[in-house]
Amino acid sequence: MDNVSGPTITAPSSEGVTRRNFYVGAIYGLGAIVAAALGLPAAIYLLFPPKIRQADQWVEIGDVTTLVADSPTEMTFRRNRVDGWKVSSEKATAWVVKHADNSVTAYGPQCTHLGCAYHWEESKTEFVCPCHNSLFAIDGKVLAGPAPRPLDRYETKIDGKKLLLGRVITPERQA
Amino acid sequence: MRRRWNKFSEWLDHRTGVQSAVRQFLYEEIPASSGWQQVFGSVAVFLFLVQAFTGVLLAFNYAPTPGDAYNSLRYILTELTAGRLIRGLHHWGASMMIVVVVLHMVQVFLYGAYKKPREATWMVGVVLLLVTLAYGLTGYLLPWDNRAYWGTVVTTNIAGSAPVAGPYLIRLLGGGGAVGVVTFARFYGMHVLLLPPATILLIALHVFLVRKHGVAPEPGDELLPKKQFFPAQVFKDTVAIFAAFAILYTLALVARVPLEQLADPTDTAYIPRPEWYFLFLFQTLKLFPGPLEVVGSVVLPGLAVLTLILVPFLDRGQLVKVTKRTFAVGVVVLAAIGWGGLTAAAVATTPKAQESAQIDYSAPTDWLQLTPQEMSGIAYFRQERCESCHAAGDGASKLGPDLTQTSIHKDAAWMVQHFKRPAAMRPGSAMPPIQLSDAQLNSLAAFLLKLNPTNASALGNAPDFATAGALVYQANQCAGCHMVNGNGAKIGPVLNGLAQRRSRSWVQEHFADPDKLSPGSTMPPYSLSQKDMDNLTSYLFSLPDTGGNQ
Repeated sequence: MDNVSGPTITAPSSEGVTRRNFYVGAIYGLGAIVAAALGLPAAIYLLFPPKIRQADQWVEIGDVTTLVADSPTEMTFRRNRVDGWKVSSEKATAWVVKHADNSVTAYGPQCTHLGCAYHWEESKTEFVCPCHNSLFAIDGKVLAGPAPRPLDRYETKIDGKKLLLGRVITPERQA
Repeated sequence: MRRRWNKFSEWLDHRTGVQSAVRQFLYEEIPASSGWQQVFGSVAVFLFLVQAFTGVLLAFNYAPTPGDAYNSLRYILTELTAGRLIRGLHHWGASMMIVVVVLHMVQVFLYGAYKKPREATWMVGVVLLLVTLAYGLTGYLLPWDNRAYWGTVVTTNIAGSAPVAGPYLIRLLGGGGAVGVVTFARFYGMHVLLLPPATILLIALHVFLVRKHGVAPEPGDELLPKKQFFPAQVFKDTVAIFAAFAILYTLALVARVPLEQLADPTDTAYIPRPEWYFLFLFQTLKLFPGPLEVVGSVVLPGLAVLTLILVPFLDRGQLVKVTKRTFAVGVVVLAAIGWGGLTAAAVATTPKAQESAQIDYSAPTDWLQLTPQEMSGIAYFRQERCESCHAAGDGASKLGPDLTQTSIHKDAAWMVQHFKRPAAMRPGSAMPPIQLSDAQLNSLAAFLLKLNPTNASALGNAPDFATAGALVYQANQCAGCHMVNGNGAKIGPVLNGLAQRRSRSWVQEHFADPDKLSPGSTMPPYSLSQKDMDNLTSYLFSLPDTGGNQ
């Protein structure tokens, strides 16, 4: 190699070619290992969701006996939300429906289309989103409009008279 | 395929000239003597790129204000996958960068490569060394833990002691009296906005000068045919880069970078120490007591930098072979001995204060939320060696059931009976009875009921001083009057946040004679052994400050 002076001018001996190939191969090979060793953890670091070590917290939002059956009520409560490295206490709302069999469903307060706040239209007995006129039935199903799936629901638990809410669950997309 | 590629690359080169430029760069002619000794510059550039890359990744999850900085770094370390690795690479990469830059300089110095016409190349190199040190200095503050805070307090005060410029320097560093939000913003701004572009410009200038004058030859090179940079020398550079990277990666994976407690300006017991590469400066300072201090803090380092910059003008002799440069070798050896001696002295004089009470905040610290009863349960859990027969969330297959399975959790009364006569409560159980008092078994049950698969390892991080302290707390029934983590009576003060209100010595004196330090206190005196006292105090001081309003 030492006596080869130009890359293309003189035809290198076959021994020179092998050594040159080895050099180039090693440069690319080692370079690729370094790139992978940095790139892979970087992708994992940016794309993997943060670990959640806190157990799910149930928040008490009110007395279940005050609810009127089949009449959705908007209930507000405070809950802790983990936001990156911060835990912030914030106001949250739920549309709560008590059914005839005394079971309770609590819907997340946002339209499943683009996240606008919807409300219960007592006269029409449906949930109405003012943004793009999505309509939802009392069981959360889409009646009309661009909403792609039924209303999101909170996990619910009833402890004596107390109504407790857990995480928000997104139901399967409607066919 | 190949023809299309050739056509494309022809087009690209015609429009941009990029391939010709790369070719020109790679086929640069270098002296016949070039070889392994010249790899350090490339390694330094590579490490700079690693720092830039990992730095950007850290910035994606980092809040650059005091307090939040600490919490977001903890989030990176404990919640994000690979976060510890990225931070490890950035931390150890900084140290390796200093090592490699110094090795690069030593090589250039030994070979006399700074001689005419390469004086400017050397001087730009010295500025790059200073920039590298400035990264270390400003980056040191950014974790905002005790180590970062107190290290920076000392640094800014040293800058402030400089003659004439001192007060202005302090104002520039935002340290008008104390290190706080302004200093933090200045250091962060320098670290991520000022220094990186400056480094890129300086590296470009440095490499331009190297190309302009060519790689420095050795005597005799002019008689030999020149070599090409690619591929033989590029191969050597790549091997060196790979070796450096392998060392760095191993360090990042194996050596845990500590995160101390959140910066506490009221901590009177903290002994600040700078990063290892600044220890020699720190030690130099001690050699000049009183009014002479400025000699060690400003004058000597200033003269050293000036000498370094002027090296090409101090040595204007003919270029000779490295083996004949005995004076240069002598200077390097002396400098190494001086640096090593000062650093060793600084390490030797660092007291190992209360190391047992150090909490590693770079790991999850869920155990801090436990009640003293649950905490003492951990002590019994370890003392009774429960883990020799039971797994605790680590998936190991052992004789007994995994204790993190919440399905096996019963109520505390059932568990205490089971601990006393295992087979009576669970027929066929091969577990030996646990010989502890009812109160102690209750503690053990309380801890086990808290265990679940997600928190097991985080609770296992509880240090021994804390579990031992909780034992003392339980044995003396402190909860009869005091509250910790929302548990206990409120007759006495809530003990969360005690570290913010009292000093260690005050608390320990207070145990012996409460009425003396807080007149009218109804707390009885406690005569604890020194070891119990230390564990209890360390435990209480580790409790999270909840503002005392629970």
